[in-house]
Amino acid sequence: MTAIYGVPLQALFGQLLLGLINGSFYAVLSLGLAIIFGLLNNINFAHGAQYMMGAFAAWMLLNYAGLGFWWALILAPLLVGLFGIVLERVLISRLYRLDHLYGFLLTFGLALILQGIFQSKYGVSGLAYAIPGELAGGQRLPFMFLPNYRVFVIVASLAVCLSVWLAIEKTMLGAYLRAATENPALVAAFGVNVPLLLTLTYGGGVALAAFAGVLAAPIYSVNPNMGADIIIVVFAVVVIGGMGSILGSVVTGYALGLVEGLTKVFYPEGSATVIYVIMALVLLIKPAGLFGRTN
Amino acid sequence: MSGASTTDAVTDAALARETKSDRTLHALIFVGLAMAVAIAPFLLYPVLVMKILCFALFALAFNLLLGYGGLLSFGHAAFFGMAGYVCAYAAKVWGLTPELAILCGTAVSALLGFVLGSLAIRRQGIYFAMITLALAQMIYFISLQAKFTGGEDGIQGVPRGKLFGLLDISSDLALYAVTAVIFFAGFLAIYRIIHSPFGQVLRAIRDNEPRMISLGYRVGRYKLIVFVLSATIAGLAGSTKALVFQLASLTDVHWAMSGEVVLVTLVGGMGTVFGPVAGAAVIVAMETYLAQFGASVMIMQGSVFVVCVMLFREGIVGRLARLFRVSL
Amino acid sequence: MFRQVWLAAVLTAPVTMALAQTPVKIGILNDRTGVYADFSGPGAVVAAHLAVEDFKALDKGLDVTIVFADHQNKPDVGAAIARQWYDSDGVDAIFDVPTSSVALAVSQITRDKNKAFVVSGAGTAELTGKQCSPNTVHWTYDTYALANVTGGALVKQGGDSWFFITADYAFGQALERDTSAVVVRNGGKVLGSVKTPFPNSDFSSALLQAQGSGAKVVGLANAGGDTVNSIKQAGEFGITESGQKLAALLADLATIHTLTAKVAQGLVLTEPFYWDQNDGTRAFSKRFSAAFDGKKPTSPQAGVYAGVLHYLKAVAALKSAKDGAAVVAKMKDIPTDDPLFGKGSIRVDGRTLHNMYLFEVKKPGESTDPWDLYKTLATVPGAEAFRPLSEGGCPLAAK
Repeated sequence: MTAIYGVPLQALFGQLLLGLINGSFYAVLSLGLAIIFGLLNNINFAHGAQYMMGAFAAWMLLNYAGLGFWWALILAPLLVGLFGIVLERVLISRLYRLDHLYGFLLTFGLALILQGIFQSKYGVSGLAYAIPGELAGGQRLPFMFLPNYRVFVIVASLAVCLSVWLAIEKTMLGAYLRAATENPALVAAFGVNVPLLLTLTYGGGVALAAFAGVLAAPIYSVNPNMGADIIIVVFAVVVIGGMGSILGSVVTGYALGLVEGLTKVFYPEGSATVIYVIMALVLLIKPAGLFGRTN
Repeated sequence: MSGASTTDAVTDAALARETKSDRTLHALIFVGLAMAVAIAPFLLYPVLVMKILCFALFALAFNLLLGYGGLLSFGHAAFFGMAGYVCAYAAKVWGLTPELAILCGTAVSALLGFVLGSLAIRRQGIYFAMITLALAQMIYFISLQAKFTGGEDGIQGVPRGKLFGLLDISSDLALYAVTAVIFFAGFLAIYRIIHSPFGQVLRAIRDNEPRMISLGYRVGRYKLIVFVLSATIAGLAGSTKALVFQLASLTDVHWAMSGEVVLVTLVGGMGTVFGPVAGAAVIVAMETYLAQFGASVMIMQGSVFVVCVMLFREGIVGRLARLFRVSL
Repeated sequence: MFRQVWLAAVLTAPVTMALAQTPVKIGILNDRTGVYADFSGPGAVVAAHLAVEDFKALDKGLDVTIVFADHQNKPDVGAAIARQWYDSDGVDAIFDVPTSSVALAVSQITRDKNKAFVVSGAGTAELTGKQCSPNTVHWTYDTYALANVTGGALVKQGGDSWFFITADYAFGQALERDTSAVVVRNGGKVLGSVKTPFPNSDFSSALLQAQGSGAKVVGLANAGGDTVNSIKQAGEFGITESGQKLAALLADLATIHTLTAKVAQGLVLTEPFYWDQNDGTRAFSKRFSAAFDGKKPTSPQAGVYAGVLHYLKAVAALKSAKDGAAVVAKMKDIPTDDPLFGKGSIRVDGRTLHNMYLFEVKKPGESTDPWDLYKTLATVPGAEAFRPLSEGGCPLAAK
C-alpha cells in the first residue's frame, strides 16, 4: 500500500472525499451569507439559526404533515425563506439607514431567540431524521465505504451553488442584483424596485441556509445548537475568502472543507482550530481575503 | 466600511459639547456611585453585587473599544475568560497572593490582546466583528483542550488568600471591599483615557478614519493601543471574577459571554461613560431573577437585543443624557 | 430572591401545620433549559416530590420543603445560587447538579457551609476522588464506573479488540484512558484511537478509521451532541451492520429515546437504572410518567428520588438537618435500600455502591413502545463497578 507520511493513500482519498462533503455545507452557507452581504451590506448572524430551522422544518414536515425528505428539500427552504422575508420587512429593513453593525446585532439577537425557542420546545438531545430510502446504503469503493447520501449531498450542493451563480450572472434579475450591489441609488433611479430586491435577496439567502439545513438533517443531530456551532466556522470561511465574489465564497467553502479533511488525517487534534489559523495567516498576508477587493 | 461610526449622532454631539459643568456632574455621579457601592452589600447579596461589579468593569473595557474606538469586538470573552484561568491557576497552583494572581491574569490578557488585536485591526466594521469572534472561538478550543484549564471541570476551589500576604480576604465582605476598589480603579483609568488627548484622537478616528490618515495619524497604532487597553481591563475584570467565585470555567470564554458584554453595553448606552455600569446592573439582575421563573435566558437576551436595536439604541444612560441635555 | 419559586414549591409540597416538626429544606439545582434539561431538569424535581411523598415525611416528624433553580450550566451562576440558598434561604441540602464544573463548585461551597450535597446528574469521579468532601454523596453514576463496566463486561463477552473515537478534551481523554485500562486488564487490546474536536458534527472520517481498524468494538468516548452525531453517522456508515459493536461510554435514556431504536439499535451502554427492570421500577415509573407528561424517568432522576429518600432517613434518625456533615455521616451509616437501586451502601469517600447494568438498545422489531429501548446484557455489582476506594486518592479514605 502506498503511503504518504505514514498515512495510507487510500485513507487519504477517503478523507479528502469526506472533506468535500463538509465543504459542501460551508459552501452553501457562505454563499447565502455572501449574497445577503453583497446587497444588504449586512452579515446575517441569524444564518446559523436559519440553517437549524431548515433541519427542524424537515423534521416537522415529516412528523406533522407526513411529507418526506424530497418534499422537505423544496418546502423547507420556501417556508424558512418566507420567514426570512417577514423578518426583513418587519425588522431588518428598518435599520438600513443606520450603521451596519446594528443589523449585525439585530440578527445576533434573532439567532438567540430562535435557538432559545427551539430549545425550550424540543430540548437539546436532538431529533431523529432518517436518510431517505432511495439514498440509504452505500458504495464499496476500493478505498472506502461511501454512503450514497453523502454523494447526494455533494451533487445537490454543487447543483445549487452552480444554479445560483448562473442565476446571478446570466439572468435579468441577477443583473439588477449585481447593479444594485454596485450602486443602489442609480438602480432605483432606473425604476427598479430596490426595497423589493433587498427583501427577495434576503429571503433567497435564508432559503439557501434552510436548504443546507435539510441536507444536514439526516446525517447530523437535529438540535437547536447545530447552527451556532457551524456559523462561526462559516464566518471564518467568509473572512478567508473575502466577500468580493459569489464564486469566491463557494470555492473557499469547498477548499476549506478539504483542508479540514486533510488536517483530520495528519493532525486530528488541530482540526477544530485549523480554519482559524488559516484565517489568521490570510489576514497577515492578504487582509482583504483571497477573493476580496479592498474598498 | 471605513469611518464606521457605531454610536448615534446624539451621543457624539453630547460628547462634543462636554463642558466643565459636565465634569462636575461626572464627579458627583462617581461619588454617588461610590456611596451606592458602599451600601449595596448590606441591602443585597454581596456575591451578586460583586458579580455586577465584575461585569460592569468588563463592559466598561468593552465600551472603551466600541463606544470610543468604534470597534465592535465579538470576541471579548477570550480576554475575560483567559485572564480568569490564568489568575485561578496562579492563585491555586503557584500559590500566589491574590494581587499577584490578578496581575498575572491581567498581563496575559494584555499580551493576548496585542496578538489578537494586531490581526483583527487589519479589517474594519463587520469584518472586524467576525474576525474577533473567530479568533475568540480559537481561544475557546485551546482552553478546552489545554491541560491547565481543567477542561470542562474548570479550575475549582481557588483560594481567595491573603492580600499582600497579610490581609485575609476570604470573607465575602473583605473581598467585596477589594472588588470595589479594583472596580473604581479600572473605571477611573478608563475615564482618564477617554478624556486624554489620546481619547480625542480615538474618537476622531472613529468618526472619520480617512481624514485622520490624511492628517498623518498612524491610525493602526491607535487602534491597537485601545484594543490592548480594552483587553487588559477586561482581563482585570475576569481575574477578579475568578477570585470572587473561586473558580474559572469555560463559560467565560464561550461566545455567549462575548455576546453578553455587547448586550450589557447596548442596554446601558454605547459610548457613554456610565452606561456599561447601568447595563451590567440591569442585565445581571434580570438574568438572576427572571431565570428563576424558568424563562430561557437565551430568549430573554435575544429579545432584549432586538428591542434595544430597534427602539432603544441610545441605551438607558444615553436616553437619560438626552433627556437632561447633559453628557453622561 | 427565590420567593416566588418557594411559593410555588410550598403549594405543591405537602402542607403542614403540625408543631414539633423538624423543618427540612431541599434544593434541586440543575439545568432546566439547556443541554441537560432532558437528562435531569424539571423531571428531577418531580422525582424529589415523589420521594417526599413515599417517605411519608409528615408521619415521621419532618416538614419538608422543596425549592429548585436553574444553574444554566454556568459554574458562577450555580455557585451564586448555592451560596444564597445556604446563606440566606435556609436550604439544608442540594441535590442533582449535572455538569461537572458546577457540581465541583457546589461541593466546595457545601463543605464550607457545612450543609449536605447529594450529586446525581454530574459524572466526574473527582467528586469522590481528590476533591471528595465529608459533606458530599455521589449517588447515581460516575465516568469511571461507566468506562469500567462497559469495557470490562464487553471484553468478557468477546469484544476483545477496541478502537476509540475520543472527544479531544479532558473528559473524553479520561473516558478513553479509563476504558483502555479496563480492556487491557481483562485481556483485550486497544487497536487505536482517533481524536475528534469538541464539539464536532462530522464523524465520518473517524468512523472510517474505526471501520478500517477491524476492531470488534468501537468505543465512543464523547458526550451529548457528539454522541448523538456519532451514533447517527455510525448507522449511515454501517458500522454495526458490518459486525462491529458500537459502545457509547456516556449516553442516557433521554438521548436514546430521541434517537429512536431504529437509529440506535445495537448500541451498547452502561446505566445504573432503567425504568423497565422490575416491579419496583415499573411502579415508580408509572407514577412518574403520570406526573411528567408521560416521560419515563432517566437515571439521574431516579438517583434524585433515591438520594432524597435516603437523605430523609438520615435526617429523621438525627431529628435535625442542620449539621450537614453529621447527616452525611449518618447516610453512610445506614445501608441504602430503595425500590429503584435496590440494596447498597455509601462508602466513606461518598460513593454510593449499587448495581450497574450493561444494556443493549433493542432493534425496532423488538421494541414495542418508544420507551421500550433496552435489554440487559450484564449486571455488575457496585463493589466491582465503581473505582476501588484506595485508587481514588480521596483524603477521607486515608483516615
